[in-house]
Amino acid sequence: MAKIVIPTPLRKFTDNNSSFISNASTVGEAIQDLAKAYDLLQNHLLDNNQELRSFLRIYVGDNDINVLEKSETLVSFNDVISIVPAIAGGSSL
Amino acid sequence: MDLSTKELLRYSRHITIPEFGIEGQEKLKAGSVLVIGAGGLGSPLLLYLAAAGIGKIGIVDFDYIEESNLQRQVLFTTKDLGKSKAKIAKERLLALNPNILIEVHNTRFSIENALELVSNYDVVADGTDNFPTRYLVNDACVLTGKINVYASIFRFEGQVSVFNYPLLNGERGPNYRDLFPEPPPIGLVPNCAEGGVIGVLPGIIGCLQGLEVIKIISGVGEPLVGRLFLFDGSDFGTRTLKINKNPDTKIEKLINYELFCEFQNELSNSILKEITPLELYQLLESNEDFQLLDVREPNEYEISNLNGKLIPLSDLLNKFNEISRDKKVIVHCKSGRRSANAIAELEKAFGFDNLYNLKGGILAYSKEVDNSVPLY
Repeated sequence: MAKIVIPTPLRKFTDNNSSFISNASTVGEAIQDLAKAYDLLQNHLLDNNQELRSFLRIYVGDNDINVLEKSETLVSFNDVISIVPAIAGGSSL
Repeated sequence: MDLSTKELLRYSRHITIPEFGIEGQEKLKAGSVLVIGAGGLGSPLLLYLAAAGIGKIGIVDFDYIEESNLQRQVLFTTKDLGKSKAKIAKERLLALNPNILIEVHNTRFSIENALELVSNYDVVADGTDNFPTRYLVNDACVLTGKINVYASIFRFEGQVSVFNYPLLNGERGPNYRDLFPEPPPIGLVPNCAEGGVIGVLPGIIGCLQGLEVIKIISGVGEPLVGRLFLFDGSDFGTRTLKINKNPDTKIEKLINYELFCEFQNELSNSILKEITPLELYQLLESNEDFQLLDVREPNEYEISNLNGKLIPLSDLLNKFNEISRDKKVIVHCKSGRRSANAIAELEKAFGFDNLYNLKGGILAYSKEVDNSVPLY
């Protein structure tokens, strides 16, 4: 079981919920669970091959899953999965 | 660079920090920083950098002060409305600290001037609000070997990091492209104008950005290198995540960043049909059947609307079947850019051929046709 922290830009697709609990054992499965729970989120998280979209960074704890086992990274009780999108706000130029 | 008696007094609270001392303050006086964007982040950042006594501060901003800036851009006051941001910023900062040099670059930060501007400063602080400029700032820093102190905000959430920092082994720390090799698709992440931002957030995040600039120039403390700090003001959540170098990241020259971020790419593939605010007014007054589609966010719609059907840009591809195919559809947003992107997306994905962009968006409609429609 792991907790997924949903970033602000994606919360409009999750009824403004900021987190999601999944019983999955890998990061990939947990993200799939989240996408299934919120239909509108699907397109923004996964591509047509059900792979994670490249503009999102996924972390387990403070580590990028790209230096772990990517989607196959195991998650267990109390693990926190962070979805980190690029945001661009500051000043208009 | 020696400090005068008055400067010793002014900076005494820095100097009395044991690890900072006179040496740290002298480094600030000898140092320089280029702040790109004198807006939400730039306001607190510039105020604290000037107060701290950084010897030379460059400001890049070509914008003018608007009413909607004043909720968070604390450099400016109501009497400054309509004036140049960079010019007013300089006046305010020199009033705060006359011992420093402020250089105003009242211009757009572009591929034509980026390398030269960045080359003239020790450190760059990125306070811009759009992806093309973010990537441009990053690449210009990498190509010139400058440190990029990055901060970004959205609604209640902020990010801070230090990119391209020289490491002891002679290499450079991660840069923005190591973290985000490519930008998100159009419409997923609106900017502050479109998505909103809680006014105090750029104050918090801009101050953290300022802290990193001061640490880097003074040589005190450990900069946020190879780490991304995240702050969520809605629940006061903080996280610090590791950023790794991506061996596939290659930056060899500046590129067309609008194209890279697909804004112009989407538009260039189709001929955009447009309608002026006056033509829309005439259409509204006539008996012609048409659909008015508003692709802004619900909170923007609440501020002002033209009674159009609301489908935010990010939901368009899921709700395309709610858009008419057998009559004229006028698409609008705040200023015309998002609606142009929306039309390009719909034409590309579903073959629509009956979509017209409202030129200048609801802002132009308010200015040119009906000033009872609120501006924001």
